[in-house]
Amino acid sequence: MKVRFTLRSSMPWWRGPMLMGAAALVTFLISAIVIRWAGGSPFAAARYMFISPLQSKFGLTEAVLSATPLVFTGAAVAIAFRAGYWNIGAEGQLLAGTIGATLVGINAESLPRFVGVPLILLSGMLFGAFWALSPALLRTRLGIDEVVTTLLLNPVALLLITGLLNGPWRNTETGFPDSDVIADSTKLWIIWPDTRVHFGLAVGVVIIGLCWWFVGKMSGGLKLRAVGLAPGAARIAGLPVERTLLATALVSGAIAGLGGASEVAGVAHQLTTGISNSFGYTGVIVATLAALSFIGTLFVALLFGVITVGSFSASRALQIPSTIGELVQAILLLTIVSALVIKKYQVVWTRSKSQVRD
Amino acid sequence: MNSVEGVAIASRGGAPSIFLSNITKAYGETVALSDVSLDLRTSEVHALLGENGAGKTTLMKILYGLTQPDSGQIKADGVALQINSPRDARAAGIGMVTQHFSLVKNMTVVENIALAIARTFSLDLDSVRDAVVAASTRYGLEVPPDAIIGSLPIGLQQRVEILKALMSGCSYLILDEPTAVLGPQDIDSLLEVITQLRSEAKIGVVLISHKMAEIEKIADRVSVLRRGKVVSSSLANGITSKELITLMVGEQESGVVLRSESQSHGRDPILVLDSVVVKMEIGGLNNVSLDVRPGEIVGIAGVSGNGQTELVNILSGTLSIDSGTIAVEGATLTQNTPQLLMRAGVGMLGEDRHASAVHALQVMENLVLDCVDNFATKVQLNRKKMLEHCESAINQFEIKATAKQVFGTLSGGNMQKVLLARLFSRKPKVAIISQPTRGLDVMATSYVRSLISKARLDGTAVLLVSEDLDEVLELADRVAVMYRGSVIGVVDGANASREKIGELMAGIVR
Ligand SMILES: Nc1ncnc2c1ncn2[C@@H]1O[C@H](COP(=O)(O)OP(=O)(O)OP(=O)(O)O)[C@@H](O)[C@H]1O
Ligand SMILES: [Mg+2]
Repeated sequence: MKVRFTLRSSMPWWRGPMLMGAAALVTFLISAIVIRWAGGSPFAAARYMFISPLQSKFGLTEAVLSATPLVFTGAAVAIAFRAGYWNIGAEGQLLAGTIGATLVGINAESLPRFVGVPLILLSGMLFGAFWALSPALLRTRLGIDEVVTTLLLNPVALLLITGLLNGPWRNTETGFPDSDVIADSTKLWIIWPDTRVHFGLAVGVVIIGLCWWFVGKMSGGLKLRAVGLAPGAARIAGLPVERTLLATALVSGAIAGLGGASEVAGVAHQLTTGISNSFGYTGVIVATLAALSFIGTLFVALLFGVITVGSFSASRALQIPSTIGELVQAILLLTIVSALVIKKYQVVWTRSKSQVRD
Repeated sequence: MNSVEGVAIASRGGAPSIFLSNITKAYGETVALSDVSLDLRTSEVHALLGENGAGKTTLMKILYGLTQPDSGQIKADGVALQINSPRDARAAGIGMVTQHFSLVKNMTVVENIALAIARTFSLDLDSVRDAVVAASTRYGLEVPPDAIIGSLPIGLQQRVEILKALMSGCSYLILDEPTAVLGPQDIDSLLEVITQLRSEAKIGVVLISHKMAEIEKIADRVSVLRRGKVVSSSLANGITSKELITLMVGEQESGVVLRSESQSHGRDPILVLDSVVVKMEIGGLNNVSLDVRPGEIVGIAGVSGNGQTELVNILSGTLSIDSGTIAVEGATLTQNTPQLLMRAGVGMLGEDRHASAVHALQVMENLVLDCVDNFATKVQLNRKKMLEHCESAINQFEIKATAKQVFGTLSGGNMQKVLLARLFSRKPKVAIISQPTRGLDVMATSYVRSLISKARLDGTAVLLVSEDLDEVLELADRVAVMYRGSVIGVVDGANASREKIGELMAGIVR
């Protein structure tokens, strides 16, 4: 038996949804085996993981809350990838954003809130963009591959935070390596009363909308896509390739940084070394699963939020490890990416050489 | 029609041994092939003709396993073949040199061939090298075995491709428009190689080409495809090019281009190059001075590799100059970047149409790629305006495509028309046009040439670079000949003789 892929030329509308359904089913089947192994019931686990978060207000809001940073990092990664700029540094840029936000947050006593909030978000964006600047310059000026440089700057950002928290920003009350709590005037509004869902989510949704509108509907977006798909042709057509890449990298960093600011100002209200639960890396997965579509990114981020919350309740109720959530996310990545390949390519199974096609 | 050997043999090929029967292939709405049957023989040159988009490449891709037909069968010696991949095709003795070479640019010739033929786990490059040398003597295909592919001119790269196919043991060799990328000298030597492969190695060659002259010269059998159907398949003996053209396009009038008086007398040149120097390890430009007046076509002739590519590249802004100046309308450009040139009114048709367009974008998006901002209200794209623009271009330039079709799925000729439409719809003051009819069918070629003449009548200054000397002589008001990176002489187009130009091309100045 041999497998071969050929490009599909046309596709009925239902194939996309059907393949996604199949991917979900396969994900369930594979996860079921592992969950069985761990001693849980797959059906119960699936219910805890996907259904129960949606059944209680608490579950739902916690899911939305954990989706919020992924909306930012997913959008950041998607826009960069669309331009052919392989930014793997959303993690570092988000962390830089948390530094920027904290800097404003702990120094902004006695400001009105409608000044403090924009200020803290803006600072996060600037720091995120700044963190993205040097790899982007290296790439556009010297042609140095950005995959490595953006990736390597991620631990640097974390070390910088650790340094700050053990030095100048050590908590003045407790002495722990956490920053002081940020000023009330810079805390984000709660947009869903009596929950922790904050203004950052609204900002994230707006960012998604802006990205979608820009890439799909604006002239700059067409240029961005052309640069991403065929930089040589874009250059011949007189498009400013390097400038487009640089601008996209900075915007991508700014979006990730905004995500960091939203975490600090929206939920944590202080800087800790654990502020990011690998949001930047998960953002790469989210954007990939969404096939780099922005609306898709929003939904995948929400799905990941549900899984994160659901895996905790499943692990509590069924006595299985809570890493099951990450496991499901990883399997989902594999099955969805396979489905995307099958969507684009036709898979031909062949047995042996001289067989008649019928 | 074996003029090469001087003897006309009625049918020199063996009995047909590969049969393609009732092949049908549709891409969505477009039917690329409908119920096509064709048979191939060894020791025969089988020419495959047809307009751009007729389905020639598709048919051969099916035979070589690069795509699968919707229905139909391939049989060899009575046995049905299941060709699912090029590997299956090679096992069945079928080799193909596609228009885009599949060579690894920074490996040597031997390494590239080893990649294709090595079957064992361990790699004995020395024995591969011996085999390469032996095969290249045997087939009369001289290649430098240790040269890096990227450093070789295109003609030699093509030889490596052919050698690679032969060395994997094929008895059928498909060549998809092999001469489209070659200069006149290389074409002659390729044709010689093909005849030799047929006569001595008994190989069945399928030759796709748009050039009637070479088909007349070496084809034993000719099949004509029209809109996905075989309209004729017969011995080449006694068929004239005129009949072939009629078969290809049906009963249509071919647009005749009438040469008119030059409009440019006494007008100031609009594009002036003054002692332009580009230093490069090989090639480069050496003190090039040249001017083009509005309403004038200046043709660049020369053996390929004498600076034509560099000249085009500095005018498209992809190669910066080391000294000298470029001035447009009297204003010297501070820098030759694509944006500055474009703003100054210089438009461009590059020699590689694949590199000039974004294959994954739609036709209409590619069409406006160099002037996106004209199709935006404030910053938002105006898709409706783009669509209207594209539809009028499709009508005006007779492009066989729809506005929303993905560019990469167009046939070569239609890609070229889209790029020409992109160039001329901006009404450039200066148009740099490189190899405009490479790979185009007869009708499309005459259409494209008439477009260029029309642009000249409209007052555009045209710099035409072409390896086809006939094209240059047909269109140009003045012919500048390049030799070793400089312009060695400029002759008046109307009374330029081939001899004079030939001497200049060889570097002889009197
Ligand atoms: N992958 C594809 N998807 C959609 N349409 C395609 C695809 N490949 C080819 N076509 C269409 O099939 C038709 C035949 O194309 P093909 O490339 O075989 O033409 P051709 O005879 O080789 O032309 P040319 O002389 O210009 O190379 C064209 O109309 C082309 O647009
Ligand atoms: Mg073709």
